[in-house]
Amino acid sequence: MAETVFAPWDDPNETPLIRFRNVTKRFGDFTAIDDLTLDIFEREFFALLGPSGCGKTTMMRMLAGFENPTDGSIELAGQDIAGVPPNKRAVNMMFQSYALFPHLSIWDNIAFGLRRESSDKAAISARVEEMLKLTRLEKFARRKPHQISGGQRQRVALARSLAKAPKLLLLDEPLGALDAKLREATQFELMDIQEKTGTTFVIVTHDQEEAMTVASRIAVMDEGRVMQVATPDRIYEAPESVYVADFIGDVNILAGTVKATGDHTYALGVENGTVTAMSERPFSDGQTAHLAIRPEKVAIHTTAPEGTDNLLQGKVLDIAYLGNLSTYHVELPGGQIIKAQTANTRRLSRRDITWEDTVWISWTKTAGVLLDQ
Amino acid sequence: MTRLSPFNVVSLTLGFVFLYVPMLILIIYSFNESKLVTVWAGFSTKWYGELLSNDAFLDAAWVTLRVAVISSTIATVLGTMAAYVLVRGGRFFGRTLFSGMIYAPLVMPEVITGLSLLLLFIGIGLDRGVLTIVLAHTTFSMCFVSVVVSSRLMTFDRSLEEAALDLGASAFDAFRLVTLPIIAPAVISGWLLAFTLSLDDLVIASFTSGPSATTLPMKIWSSVRLGVSPEINALSTILIGLVTVGVIAASLGSKQAALRAKRDEQTAARTA
Repeated sequence: MAETVFAPWDDPNETPLIRFRNVTKRFGDFTAIDDLTLDIFEREFFALLGPSGCGKTTMMRMLAGFENPTDGSIELAGQDIAGVPPNKRAVNMMFQSYALFPHLSIWDNIAFGLRRESSDKAAISARVEEMLKLTRLEKFARRKPHQISGGQRQRVALARSLAKAPKLLLLDEPLGALDAKLREATQFELMDIQEKTGTTFVIVTHDQEEAMTVASRIAVMDEGRVMQVATPDRIYEAPESVYVADFIGDVNILAGTVKATGDHTYALGVENGTVTAMSERPFSDGQTAHLAIRPEKVAIHTTAPEGTDNLLQGKVLDIAYLGNLSTYHVELPGGQIIKAQTANTRRLSRRDITWEDTVWISWTKTAGVLLDQ
Repeated sequence: MTRLSPFNVVSLTLGFVFLYVPMLILIIYSFNESKLVTVWAGFSTKWYGELLSNDAFLDAAWVTLRVAVISSTIATVLGTMAAYVLVRGGRFFGRTLFSGMIYAPLVMPEVITGLSLLLLFIGIGLDRGVLTIVLAHTTFSMCFVSVVVSSRLMTFDRSLEEAALDLGASAFDAFRLVTLPIIAPAVISGWLLAFTLSLDDLVIASFTSGPSATTLPMKIWSSVRLGVSPEINALSTILIGLVTVGVIAASLGSKQAALRAKRDEQTAARTA
């Protein structure tokens, strides 16, 4: 039984839950958000990814109501929310520092938002219990925030922000404070809770792995602009710019001038010869282009293999052994370094490539992405 | 524990002798049997008894206490409000000026504060009495409260207030339910500081009081001019006791505030 793929962004009949329309936000002379247009759909787990200072936090704070756009409009469920104060929005936020109220118990922290809008004690109590159960915090209800661990605090913050059943939940670097192991477990827990509650999540993160894991779509941002919005696999395999290719994961960039050699096939004249690449994106002859190719798509050989699309010779400069993977840094005659990655699928294999060895690297013509900028 | 070197022992002893011997002598002589202040004639608590039957002193004590409680309470409310606006109000026009101005009374000579208040009260035709002393004390102790509270607010994690707003609280509710309980220790130590300052004050009270109201320090001052009596010693001892209790309470309060601040930080700490 095939499940329908969740992809409202491909459906022209879907109305987005959030619409950023030509939003600009300036702080004095500094432009934090630059003419940004973006749609986010209901039930999405949307990630804003970028280096610090790229404007992702500003976008989130505008959604929460702590900042207002200088220009343009932000719509939530069809309504312009500019000027609506944070306490009047059906949007809740999970803060990076968690911002748990230190003088209140876990129970009272979760009940805080509910008490602001209702005085029905039984209903509040039922909802708090439900949240405690969802986040597996029943045992800690009477404790104060300083009496529980970091992971538990993170769950309290989540429970508190979900208690009012917001249309939209904002998560500001929600897992930044957790150690690697706990973070991984929590990522799946977040996805699970998102699915259970059906709430739209917008997460801000600078951790690309986290964004790739949890998000249905990712917006890669740089200097107040959205560079690309796509599903994690599209972002990784079909980046639209060198910036995106470089920001997500590891990548080799080969620059040169292109020449069409066939249907969607181009020859790229690089420093050490010519490489062939397929591209849906059209290029004109003589245009400068960049071939972005992921290290795991570059094979490394001790002898020149037969029948490969692209083959270059070089010298091993460095080997990074990561356990599951080994990354070879191969220096081409011109000095450029290409990373080639192999999976260490066998435990007792002789790794016959070592430093200073002369090796061959190869990849297919569809392995890389040809980019014009 | 570090062992102190002989030099340190000497300096410490000298310092504390300097600080506390005068007070110690006063306390000892308050239990002197003799009416002559400088001649020891055995232990007695009779001057404390005499003091309790001296209506003038008791009246002055009552005035002082009322002034201290009322003025420190008003000063705490005003000082907290001022601190909140200065720390939280964002970059409104003239903020730097206001921040500087709130500290000015701390370094202003009391004589000048007293004189200016006196001129003001005369100018607006306010009869001098308990009310004017309360107003004057509120004026000068408010900035102390403001300093204590604003230093606490500066280390206060702003996202706590934002979280309250985000969860639907009004700005006032966010202050009442989140900010105030967390900064309460600083507010309380501010109050205690204002209370102690008011209790101590002689100069400003002398300028702003009228015939109907005399505070205890004023009463002591005027009695001493007629000669020191053991009764004054007894009274001073009681005052020293009160001030000591106040200071200890205030420092415990701010210590607790610091501890609380540390705990908040840990709560909000990025690493668990």
